[in-house]
Amino acid sequence: MKRRLWDYNGGLHLAEHKTLSSTKAAAIASIPRELVIPLSQSIGHPAEPIVVAGQRVLKGEKIAHSVGSLSASVHASSSGIVREIADTAVPHPSGLNAKCIVIDTDGLDEEAPSSGLVQYEQLDPSALISIVQGAGIVGLGGAAFPSSIKLNPGTNRTIKTLILNGAECEPYITCDDLLMREQALAVIEGAKIILHTLGIKHCLIGVEDNKPKAIEALEKVRDELVYRNIDIVEVPTLYPTGGEKQLVKILTGNEIPAGKIPADIGIVCHNVGTAAAIFQAVIGGKPLISRLVTVSGNGVRNPQNLEVPIGTPIRDLVAQCGGYTDGAARLIMGGPMMGFALPNDDIPVVKATNSILVLTTSDLPETEQALPCIRCGKCAEVCPMELLPQQLYWYGRAKNGEKAQAYNLFDCIECGSCDVVCPSHIPLVQYFRATKSAVRTSKSEQQKADNARQRNDSRLLRIEQAKAERAERSRKKKAQLENKKKSQAAIEASVERAKNKKIARTEESSLENKS
Amino acid sequence: MEFSTAISPHIKPGNRVDRMMLQVLLALIPGALAMIWFFGWGILFNLIVASVTAIACEALILKLRNKPVRSTLCDLSALLTAVLLALALPPLAPWWLAFIGTAFAIIIAKQLYGGLGYNPFNPAMIGYVVLLISFPLQMTAWIPPSTIAETPSIIDSLQLLFGLVPESLNIDAITMATPLDTMKTELGINRTTGEILENSLFGTFGGSGWEWIANGYLLGGIWLIYKRVIGWQIPIALLLGLTAISLVSFLLGPDNHPYPFFHLFSGATMLGAFFIATDPVTASTTPKGRLIYGFLIGLLIYVIRTYGGYPDAVAFAVLIMNLTVPLIDYYTQPRVFGHAVEEHNE
Repeated sequence: MKRRLWDYNGGLHLAEHKTLSSTKAAAIASIPRELVIPLSQSIGHPAEPIVVAGQRVLKGEKIAHSVGSLSASVHASSSGIVREIADTAVPHPSGLNAKCIVIDTDGLDEEAPSSGLVQYEQLDPSALISIVQGAGIVGLGGAAFPSSIKLNPGTNRTIKTLILNGAECEPYITCDDLLMREQALAVIEGAKIILHTLGIKHCLIGVEDNKPKAIEALEKVRDELVYRNIDIVEVPTLYPTGGEKQLVKILTGNEIPAGKIPADIGIVCHNVGTAAAIFQAVIGGKPLISRLVTVSGNGVRNPQNLEVPIGTPIRDLVAQCGGYTDGAARLIMGGPMMGFALPNDDIPVVKATNSILVLTTSDLPETEQALPCIRCGKCAEVCPMELLPQQLYWYGRAKNGEKAQAYNLFDCIECGSCDVVCPSHIPLVQYFRATKSAVRTSKSEQQKADNARQRNDSRLLRIEQAKAERAERSRKKKAQLENKKKSQAAIEASVERAKNKKIARTEESSLENKS
Repeated sequence: MEFSTAISPHIKPGNRVDRMMLQVLLALIPGALAMIWFFGWGILFNLIVASVTAIACEALILKLRNKPVRSTLCDLSALLTAVLLALALPPLAPWWLAFIGTAFAIIIAKQLYGGLGYNPFNPAMIGYVVLLISFPLQMTAWIPPSTIAETPSIIDSLQLLFGLVPESLNIDAITMATPLDTMKTELGINRTTGEILENSLFGTFGGSGWEWIANGYLLGGIWLIYKRVIGWQIPIALLLGLTAISLVSFLLGPDNHPYPFFHLFSGATMLGAFFIATDPVTASTTPKGRLIYGFLIGLLIYVIRTYGGYPDAVAFAVLIMNLTVPLIDYYTQPRVFGHAVEEHNE
């Protein structure tokens, strides 16, 4: 049965470059001599280390504990000795260093004891959620949101549908394709576990139609297990269909309202890789210590997918793929559309790393002066959020953040589609990011100014009040004094009167006596 | 190993301004060739004078503004302005007509506003209107198309270009009003459209010869839409607007209103619809706004042609609508994804 599909505005048909890596079976990456495992591998708070330098750790042993719910625990990807906990380069667009646990591996790959569960159906959702949280699972699509939070949407939201994202719309990247082909059982069983945890029945798995083998593999497992409530849906290949908002729209026809999350319209969205990781954690008792990574691009000799221990330095990974070609010019983590360029290959693979691309000069845009915007509107034609990038650019350039916000700047998902079609080669996304951060800065400055003004106002009010109180007090005192004087006078007067009376009486009696 | 970094996307852009401009220039070829065929060498000379002037003026101002000269000239926008203006000039025009018009278009209407992308008014149309108002006599020096009378020879045309009147030509005898002009004048003396159209100046749809020029532009325009260099909204809305209003008045009074095809295939309608109104810089930029913008230009073309002082109206209609673009853009913003979803979601 063909499901009805919806569409969204714009989108791009990009050159796929997927066969560079999708034609080979996934390999297992070897254990590097050192593992550099960042403490912060999810959105939210970095994990707190629970090991010290010199300590021996086993594969799968927890080495840093999550702090609060918006945080993910971190485990050792192999056995070895903790060399240090230090600030080193991590994959982050800012290029800043962050705290990492560096492990000298011993090559034994000795595993910490763990126990899986087969009968998870009897478990309470909260127990499953804590297993997922304990395993340090984050969204493997690239956003790295702690998965346990998404399994617990709260009582005020009614969830109806689970959507697994297997669209994988970025060029070059094929790790989800390979995962679905080779680990279809883990994906489908993972979906079952998530459905059980959420207490719902219906799951949609969206896969782009350029991955027929993945669809076939998933359908085969689904049919064998007779899971009729899991729909595997072929969606058209179009960038950025893998965006959460776009995929939800395509599969359900509904739009996630601006500023809201899928759960607000009864949907929970996970990446297919996350579902497989949840399966491994619940059934196999394995924390998230490795993931499939696509290593591809014309800058690497032997592009392929590898199951990589988290913390493996990129240089080791590239070496296993035959090393760089002569033209290697840019190192990218993620896809060519939304991934970010890395300054060097000492940076480690993290949980969010779906791909390492090495591109050559001929793949990259030329560095040239952008021409002025000619308002051709090609950007608006392809914008999946139906924004008007030409207007956002205009107001961004004019530093008119207010107007840019009125044109919904903050709905931009930075997918880069507008950049690719712009005939003037304006780095639009770069402008939008800059405008967003300028607006945020001015907002926080505004907030600070407002706070200061408020503080000053209340101080003035306090002074005013104190003054008034003082005045009141002195008025009262004066009045009291006056009253006192009055009563004193009254007393004196009565005393006087009494005296006079007394005198009068004495005189009277003396007069009487005389008479 | 160290790598240089850059902001995403890390992918080659798929489009270029110079390629778009070049495609528009190529799309003008069928119409321009038809024009040369029907009106002779004068058209070609206008094209040459305008192009040279445009490039020289653009280069001069860029130099004065300390902007890169060579790379900016390579965007071909100045050349396109020149060609569009030249194709609107009469075949007997002296050289200084194309020169003044183009210089005004490039220097005043384009560069003084900041160059490509910053001009609020269509430069070619500004140049055209300046000429029309300043030199009405020279701007009406049209001749009958080659279907009716022989066009001046290359030597005669060259002499005319430099303001000399060749002995072999009687200039008053060879000039002739355009079909649009004839229609307007004769309707003004209370002749019926039926009587007027019997004149050999008129062809099947519009003016004799003119209709083939219009077909040439139509062909080029369709190719531009097919190649996605221009959107369909403005041309279609413009032609629809013009058809709608001319159809209504034709049905109400067929004797004193020409049938809609006449309006579509006469004068600069097709050139205007596909090449002038679609100038992205000065047109509305939202999808809905472009429909309104095009439609209103269509209506204005009819209104000015019928009630205005000039026989054709594309330039005025486009310039008036250029004025309204900020307003149209403001009120035609598309609904952004995830906004006002109450009535949208099921």
